[in-house]
Formats: sequence, C-alpha cells, structure tokens
Amino acid sequence: MTATIGTPVTALPTLSATIGESVPALVSTEAPANGSTVSELDALESESIFVFREVAAEFERPVILFSGGKDSIVMLHLARKAFAPAGVPFTLLHVDTGHNFTEVLDYRDATVKALGLRLEVASVEDYIADGRLRERSDGTRNPLQTVPLLDAINGHRFDAVFGGGRRDEERARAKERIFSLRDEFGQWDPRNQRPELWSLYNGKHRPGEHVRVFPLSNWTELDIWNYIAREEIALPSIYYAHERDVFERDGMLLAVGPYSQPRPDETVTQRVVRYRTVGDMSCTGAVASTATTPADVIVEVAASELTERGATRADDRVSEAAMEDRKREGYF
Amino acid sequence: MGTVEHTLLRLATAGSVDDGKSTLVGRLLHDCKAILADQIAHVKTVSEARGGDFDFALLTDGLRAEREQGITIDVAYRYFATDKRSFILADCPGHVQYTRNTVTGASTADVVIILVDARHGVLEQTRRHLAVAGLLRVPHVVLAVNKIDLVNYDEAVFKGIAKDVDQLADQLGIADVQAIPVSALVGDNVVERSEQTSWYDGPTLLEFLENASGRIDVSGQPLRFPVQYVIRPQTDDEYRDYRGYTGTVASGTVSVGDPVIVLPAGRRTSIVGIDRAVVTATSTAVAERPSAVAGEAVTVRLADDIDVARGSVIVAADASPGTRRELSATVCWLSERPLTVGARLLIKHTTTTAQAIVTKISGALDLDTLGVIDATGLELNDIGKVQLKIAAPLAADPYTSNNITGSFLLIDAHDGWTLAAGMIDHEEGEPL
Repeated sequence: MTATIGTPVTALPTLSATIGESVPALVSTEAPANGSTVSELDALESESIFVFREVAAEFERPVILFSGGKDSIVMLHLARKAFAPAGVPFTLLHVDTGHNFTEVLDYRDATVKALGLRLEVASVEDYIADGRLRERSDGTRNPLQTVPLLDAINGHRFDAVFGGGRRDEERARAKERIFSLRDEFGQWDPRNQRPELWSLYNGKHRPGEHVRVFPLSNWTELDIWNYIAREEIALPSIYYAHERDVFERDGMLLAVGPYSQPRPDETVTQRVVRYRTVGDMSCTGAVASTATTPADVIVEVAASELTERGATRADDRVSEAAMEDRKREGYF
Repeated sequence: MGTVEHTLLRLATAGSVDDGKSTLVGRLLHDCKAILADQIAHVKTVSEARGGDFDFALLTDGLRAEREQGITIDVAYRYFATDKRSFILADCPGHVQYTRNTVTGASTADVVIILVDARHGVLEQTRRHLAVAGLLRVPHVVLAVNKIDLVNYDEAVFKGIAKDVDQLADQLGIADVQAIPVSALVGDNVVERSEQTSWYDGPTLLEFLENASGRIDVSGQPLRFPVQYVIRPQTDDEYRDYRGYTGTVASGTVSVGDPVIVLPAGRRTSIVGIDRAVVTATSTAVAERPSAVAGEAVTVRLADDIDVARGSVIVAADASPGTRRELSATVCWLSERPLTVGARLLIKHTTTTAQAIVTKISGALDLDTLGVIDATGLELNDIGKVQLKIAAPLAADPYTSNNITGSFLLIDAHDGWTLAAGMIDHEEGEPL
C-alpha cells in the first residue's frame, strides 16, 4: 500500500525481540474491515449534537472554529442538525494563516453565504504586516495562529470555542476533555484538568477564562469519512485526487506554490495526489492517491499504514511533544 | 422500532502502578493492528534516544511530563476496531488521583478491565477499582490476571486470585467477573490464545470484548427526557410557529401520542411530534418520525403550550419519579479540598444546575472491610455517603435504575471546579 500513501516511513522496528515471538504481521496488506456501521455513526452523531445543545444553553457567546477543513465542515453539519429547523446560533471564526488553499477559502466563503452565517476572520498576515508577529525561519505559520486566535477570543469575548480536534489524531489530543478549560492566557494545563463524568459537561468558568469544546472528540478519521459519505457532505476539491506539481521533503509531498518552493536538490514532478488534512500550505503535505469519491477515500484510509497527521504534517515532527507545547500556549 | 444498535464498545482500564497496564493496552492496540507505522517509528526513535528497548508505554503516554517521569498522568482515550466492532478505550492511570481517574473512565464504560499482577494478587487498589466498578454499575468487569508467565502459568495462582475477587464482587453486588490469565508482555490470551494455559478454556481478552453486550438496553424503561434547549426559529416560513424541545432520550422510548408529565411543574400533556434534522448544503429542515429510543438526540413537540425550559424533564405519565429537594447519595470525592458538613456547592443534575448544601456526611467506605465507617469529612479519593438539600426541585431517580437521572456532579461555586461525582440512593438509603 505504500505506493498509494506517499513515501514509506523509516524502517519498521522489529518488535518481536521486545514483546515475544507471537506478534502477527505488523502491517497488514489487506484493508481491515470497516469497523464503523451506521448505528455507530448514529451514536456518535447524537453525542455531538448533545454537546452543541449544552453549549448553546449554557454559554453566552460561543464560536465555531471553521477553517474549511473536513473536520470543521462535519462539525458545522452537526451544529446545523442540532438546531434544525432554526439556524446555527453561533458565529464562525477562521484563523487565516495567509497560506491557505484557494479551494478551501472559496468553500468557506460559499458556505457562509449559502447558510447566512456570520464569519470572523483573524488574519496572521495582518499581524505579520504590522509587526505584531514575525515570520518563522522555517516558513510555517501554523504556530503563529495562537496569538490571533487568543486576541479574537478576547476581543469578541467568546466564552466557548468549538474546535474540530479529535482524540485519535495525536498523543496530546488523546488527553483532552470534551469541555476543556482555558485560563485568561488561553493556556491548557494538561496535568490539572477537571474530571469529566457521564455526559455531565461542566462549563463553569470565571470571567476571562473560556472553554474549548470538542464535539468530535470520539470520532476517528474513518468515522468522519463514513459520515461524509452517508450524509453526502460536500468538501473542497483538494480532498480528492487531482494532478499537482509536487516535490518531496521530509517524506511528504509538498505542492509547488508561493509558500513552498523546492530547494535546488528537490525535483518537481506532476503526480496524482489528494490532501488528507488541510492546513497551512507550507507545512501540509499531500498524499499520492487516486481516490475521487468518499467511498474511495474510506478504502484508502482504512488501509493506510500511517496516521493522518503523521502522513501530512511537518509541524508535529518538530519534537516529541510539539502539539502539546502548542496546545499549552492556546493553540487549537 | 428497535434500539440504537451500539456496535461501539466503551472500555476502561484500571490497575496499580507497575502491574503492566500500559503494556497490556499497547499489546491490545498492537495486536489489533491499531498502531500505525509512523507511531511505531516515533516510539522507536524516542526509546532509542533514551538508550532503552521499545517502550510500549510511550504509545499511550502522550504528555511531556509522562514521558519524562515514566508515569501516566491523565486519562487517555484510544480508538481501535476489529472486524466485529469498534472500541473506545479510556486508559486510566493507577496512582495519585486514582479514584478520580477510574471513576471518570468507568462512568461511560461498558466494560472495565481491572489488572492484577499474578505475583501480588489482590491489593488495596484492586478493592478500590472493584468498588468503583460496582458503584458505577459498569455492565461487565474483566479481571486480567497479568504476568501469568512470571508464575509459570500456574493454574492454582490464577484460581486463587479469581476466587478472592469473586468474593469481593459478591460483597459489592457485582454480578459477574470474567477472570482471564494473561501476559501482556508475551501476548498470552490478549488477542492470541496461549498454548501455556491449556487449563483455561474461557475467552481471550479480545474475544470477550468482541462479544460483550454493549450498553444496558434502557429503551424499555420509563421515559426520561431532560430538555436541553428550546428551538423557536421565529422565521418567516413554515416554521414560523415552531416550538421544539431538544434533548437526548435518557431512558425509555418516546412515541407520538404518548401521555407525558413535564417536571418539575408536574403539568400533563402529550407528544405531538418527534423531529429529526434533515440538512443539505443549502437547506435546513426537520422530518417527523414516529418514535425515538434511549441515546437518540431528537426534538419533541408537545400538545399544549405550557412552560417548558432547560431543566425541565419530560417523563412517562404513568411512571413519574416526582421531584426531590433532598437527596441521599454516594459520592466519589475528586478534589484535594476536603468536604465538610455545611458546605455550599453547586449540583449539576441532567440539565439543571442549582445550589446545594451538604447537610450530613453519614459515612465513608472502608476499603479493607468494604463496610461503611463513620466519617466527618471526605478527602481526595474517598467514597462516602452524604445528604444534600437542594435549592431547586430535581426530577431524580436512583442511580441503580437510571444512570442519567441518577447521577450528578458537585461543583465549586467560586471557581467552577468539579469536586465530586454523585450517585443517588433509593430514598430510604441503601448500603454502599
């Protein structure tokens, strides 16, 4: 399967020496059966809808972080279901790095217009232009999103901030609550989280504090795609296979564009690729793929031997706790 | 109309320090092929940088401090699937805030896996974990007798521990404990059946998990529907006069035409509509359905225009729990700030949050005898019996008959901290 999901990772370790001889093949070449069924999706959907309604009832000024990525699109779809036939009682907020894919921004704007929603944009570009933030030497703007995000939360006095983070994505996110308190500096203290029991979500917070809410906590990447297929949710075209000029760096396929240029030793080839995650163009890699429909993507994701972020995000490779460090400072 | 078919199984692990819990979780994930190549490569890199062997714990210990100190700090959630079903695993650390973490994980679990080191047998922590599993009425308890390889696969050792635990389970009212001899390190009876335990003819851990019934089916119980939020579009279209009450069915089945009572007011009415959302790229509407069962998030409409708001609970007209302003309950104290009689707190019960005063602390669980001893206060990790006076009437059931209308949180009114998890007793009180 490596041919369809990008370059292989470094050689696989031999686990057998450590944990015994009865270990089955580490990487199955067969696609595992799809574990999600319709009834499982119904359970996840009901759980997420419950969370949206709790927040609408208990907070004054909630906001949905909406990037035009697949998780935030599913999140918005669930929010619409939670309040139908009325509209979504929340504002949307996009932290725009200035390095976004055109297809994604177009999708964002079309959605906002079609549904009559209110969108606030916090622009990293503006912060760099007037000197409040400085461009990083590695060119990525992902970590730079934290300050505009926190300023937007404070400026608009948002008290609940919905994020599309999923616990299956990353080690630090696996420790995240569904209702996660942030102090007045936007900081997350993973060692001192409130216990979260049953479906009794505690949204109490003091002035200046806010709560990050993750309605997709218990969804996996495969659940998201099964739901997109079932609900026939439209996505930006870059989630499906298309031809693109790319070059290889750090085991990822990066698009040739204004924010990511090949170095002299990197060769550009035209490949058929799709994006498995959508973020800042400078640090989000594409994967080789021929999947043109949600059903194709489901087969591909189920068979993938790499995690979603592992395959596509340079920013999480900085250190063994890169995400935790960003989250502690107030990142999504 | 059937029930929501949960092919999703939620499990929680509980164990003491060094009994191999991280190894067991790592083994389960690994043998179910839930660990992908980049995660393995990452663990290998970090393990090697520290000059050690492949460290399974690094697969589950995600925080910097956990990795630096080699301990697990907080509940981590893992997701994996086999051909048969999907699993959500709450990996609960076994020390410091042990009760807090175990209670958190067990509150939503269908199965709790309690680990015991075959060399050490039942410890105080084992008693604690069993007590929590019993109190929270987790449907299935698995006793994983780990490191069975280190006692030479001795059947007598396994049977002795299983017998001890069965006795405790009896005392705690736990119906059924499935004991399984395992070696997480070698893989015996986790996913693969061991050739070393020919005397054991029960299921492997994974076989048990794949076949365990999920949630207790509460769709046949009396209707409880806590109202979360009222929808009134007030738009200029077909929904101009729409008024719907949103919520998730806590127990029972709600059907169009059902006579109901709205608590706390006690007004009688009936269900005229049950709606589920239908949304497309550009349109937002609802479709009617005849009924909905426990676990489903829906919107109901009522025959009469009566006062219904968040905090109201719609209940079956022939099986109303009534309301109470006083509760006796069992609480797990989760805070480092001790509880004393007279404390003023907030109680969060279904969709109601109200002030509460602790009027009495009537005892605490003694883990040695599993009996109740006198207590004047409760401290971190204590399990105790309390009485509460509440500023608003609550539509409450005993936890033993309904884990949604029977559970609550106690919250610090000043800083919002979650102090305790509570389970409502039968009115006459019941033994721990």
